[in-house]
Amino acid sequence: MIDLHVGVLVIGAGPAGLAAAVAAHENGTDSILVLERENEPGGILRQCIHNGFGLHRFNEELTGPEYAQRDIDRARAAGIPIECNTTVLSVSAGRVVTCVSPEKGFRQISADAVILAMGCRERPRGALCTPGTRCAGIYSAGTAQRFVNMEGYMPGKRVVILGSGDIGLIMARRMTLQGAKVLACVEIMPYSSGLKRNIVQCLDDYGIPLLLGHTVTDIRGKERLTGVTVAEVDGSRNPIPGTEQDFECDTLLLSCGLIPENELTSGAGITLSPATSGAVVDERFETSVPGIFACGNVLHVHDLVDYVSEESAAAGLAASEYIRGKGKKELRWSVVDGPGVRGTVPQQISSGLQDDVRLMFRPSGVFKNAVAVAESSGKEIARKKAMIFTPGEMALLNIRKEALSGIPEGSITVRIEGEIQHG
Amino acid sequence: MNQSDIVIVGSGITGTALARELSRYDASIVVLDRGYDVAEGATKANSGIVHAGYDAVPGTQKAKFNVLGAKKYAALCAGLHVPYRKCGALVIGFCEEDRITIEQLYRRGVLNGVSGLRIVSRDEALQMEPALNPAVSCALFVPESAIVSPYELAFAMADDAAANGVRFIFGESVIAAARRGGTWEVETARGSRYACRVFINCSGSSGAEIHRMVCGTRLKMIHRRGQYYLLDRSAALPFSRTIFQCPSSMGKGVLVSPTVHGNLLIGPNAEDIADPLDTATTSGGLASVLEKAVKTWPSLSVRSNITNFSGVRAHLETDDFMVGPVPGAEAAFEAIGIESPGLSSAPAVAEELSALVAESIGLKKKKEIVPYCPPAKPFSAMTDGERKNAVAQDAAYGNIVCRCETVTEAEIRNAIRRPVGATTIDGVKRRTRAGMGRCQGGFCSPRVARILSEETGIPLCEITKSGGNSRLLSGTVDEFLKGAAEND
Repeated sequence: MIDLHVGVLVIGAGPAGLAAAVAAHENGTDSILVLERENEPGGILRQCIHNGFGLHRFNEELTGPEYAQRDIDRARAAGIPIECNTTVLSVSAGRVVTCVSPEKGFRQISADAVILAMGCRERPRGALCTPGTRCAGIYSAGTAQRFVNMEGYMPGKRVVILGSGDIGLIMARRMTLQGAKVLACVEIMPYSSGLKRNIVQCLDDYGIPLLLGHTVTDIRGKERLTGVTVAEVDGSRNPIPGTEQDFECDTLLLSCGLIPENELTSGAGITLSPATSGAVVDERFETSVPGIFACGNVLHVHDLVDYVSEESAAAGLAASEYIRGKGKKELRWSVVDGPGVRGTVPQQISSGLQDDVRLMFRPSGVFKNAVAVAESSGKEIARKKAMIFTPGEMALLNIRKEALSGIPEGSITVRIEGEIQHG
Repeated sequence: MNQSDIVIVGSGITGTALARELSRYDASIVVLDRGYDVAEGATKANSGIVHAGYDAVPGTQKAKFNVLGAKKYAALCAGLHVPYRKCGALVIGFCEEDRITIEQLYRRGVLNGVSGLRIVSRDEALQMEPALNPAVSCALFVPESAIVSPYELAFAMADDAAANGVRFIFGESVIAAARRGGTWEVETARGSRYACRVFINCSGSSGAEIHRMVCGTRLKMIHRRGQYYLLDRSAALPFSRTIFQCPSSMGKGVLVSPTVHGNLLIGPNAEDIADPLDTATTSGGLASVLEKAVKTWPSLSVRSNITNFSGVRAHLETDDFMVGPVPGAEAAFEAIGIESPGLSSAPAVAEELSALVAESIGLKKKKEIVPYCPPAKPFSAMTDGERKNAVAQDAAYGNIVCRCETVTEAEIRNAIRRPVGATTIDGVKRRTRAGMGRCQGGFCSPRVARILSEETGIPLCEITKSGGNSRLLSGTVDEFLKGAAEND
């Protein structure tokens, strides 16, 4: 039984969901509802109290909560209802969303268009298969961040960080500023997966060593963590015997990657991309199920929220167009990852393009003095030079709509050419 | 001195099953456990298989109790609302030697009274389980093999026992047991003393040590660790049955099996270790599990692994259980050396042992038994209609605390309020599945900690993962800064 019908239903009131909702509103959609499982909107930005957000979008440095507040204010000014404490249990291909909240109980809401903006989660220890004991004191960096910044508690005193993702780097600084001793940040790859500025500002400035090409090979402690063993790894990422060093610590933070949270997506029968772990979408961010759109970190993991907002606004606009019947199109090209490229979004491009298409992808290694190229039917359709391409920073490549005119249906391949440092 | 009729040491699957049986008698019963919760030893870390009974050597205690116990499982689990599923099993062979073993297992099974056994051809095995290694040459099909959640069964039996008067006391490690003037006096590491008429040793890894305290005889116990992989529920299950390889002298070998909750379990290896409490996993151990499992499942992938764990089996050199009165001791009983098929055997061991104990001191059955009150149906298992009603009646059902396993605040509060309720993050996890999923508590553990603190009155900073010193937090941010400033 359907309890409610809305035009655009947005799942998640983080930066992605808010930007999408506001864009749909600005494009003339009146009936919008945003569902949020936390008790307040803002998403993960609520616990990111450091600054550095919004440089690209607002040309100023904001903290996470400040950045989020701007979108919350815009949504509120537009009169868009945001229902918090509401967890979505399922989404059907027919766009019926089942959700539950203490205040409004169990409900089924149908929608003309659904925007998936659920964000991502952190890879847990199990995904790394790190051996050792299962003691207390092992947290994902984001969980530790929540404890420190939102709950006001310190997870521990002597810290080793495994993985050099941005949240881990930020937490290295945060824990140090709060009086903990961060012994090392250990990264299995020969390069960091975090932003360069975070390595400088969060590790280098505090003298925290970054051990590249190392990993944690043992975790000790029966009740609470007492120490970890760190070893150097070889080219195949296997620990090299004899290189082990022990760290006495009571806390191990994991910052080993983020995974788009797509359980609802797959429940709706939407096709997922193994490369991004997010939905396969076209340039309007529409998934394989008509009328269901995806944007933000649930689609692919971003490193800058500014791009999340931009992408999500485009998805919100497209959803709004869709319910007005303007979204009709035919898929024409599929975008394929070539050498040096991983997880290009969008994966499909349709005919009748109104605008240029921005391809987003992760370089699969570190390339210097390189060029990213898109080509189709043997013809180059886009090119971008860069001093460096690194997996820690999402690469962008614009295809002008004119460049696609006259290109026959088929695949578009994206690749990076250049001096490879680590592959 | 704490006085009771009966002291049981150990609240694993055997101790809880026995406590439940004895709670039907008019007797005061205390269960002591070294851990901080029920089922913290081998019961929480094993394959969760109710073996049909084809493997144990006919005439052994293992064979007897396995077959009897396995037959009690369906009714026991139904009565206690514990997940149990007769999914069947295949023991697969690859060569002539394996075929001989499989034929031997078949004959043993028939002698032990296992029904439905059948040796199937390669083609039939592959038809039953298409993901099997095509090099399989034959298999023993065991339709009676089942899966269960061992710790959930132990929790249910403990709750039932506690509702009927049994006291569970945790953090009590027995260091001495002596018979004085017709009474057993038991002393624990933290200095507590318990006096009782009958002493029962259901300790897993300390079974031999406590046996020696009671009768002076030294037994050789080997602590045999087994490591596991547990894969996410979302991964399509490659097998619908438990797949065993041919057993060896070290045990039943590496299995690949669905769990009652829809995960895939891979393991265990077998390695003898010195410290029975050393439940660490090792890179070598985990690698050997995969190396063996790939023989069952050539396209094996642990990409969706959510956790690794290990359990330690209490293996007696005699390779059999010791169940019954402790030889040479008065009013003392034991169930020790309970390794596989200990889970399968527990209901039968408890039945036999409780009858012996009752007879020995002339216990009478209670006139009235408090009927078992099962936890409410998990929200994740409810229909839409049931969910609607549940939230309408209790708004806490509308707060999803664990999003991976869809566990609500109401279930977490209920788990803490059970007769033997959860007091730790792991206790909540095992009772409700909050934190069991793919994010492994990353999202829910701060929330669960808060609910635990509210329910138990324990300050948030003192909430532990699994008792003892396993605190989650080191202090408040403010205390910390103050401490750091003082150190400077």
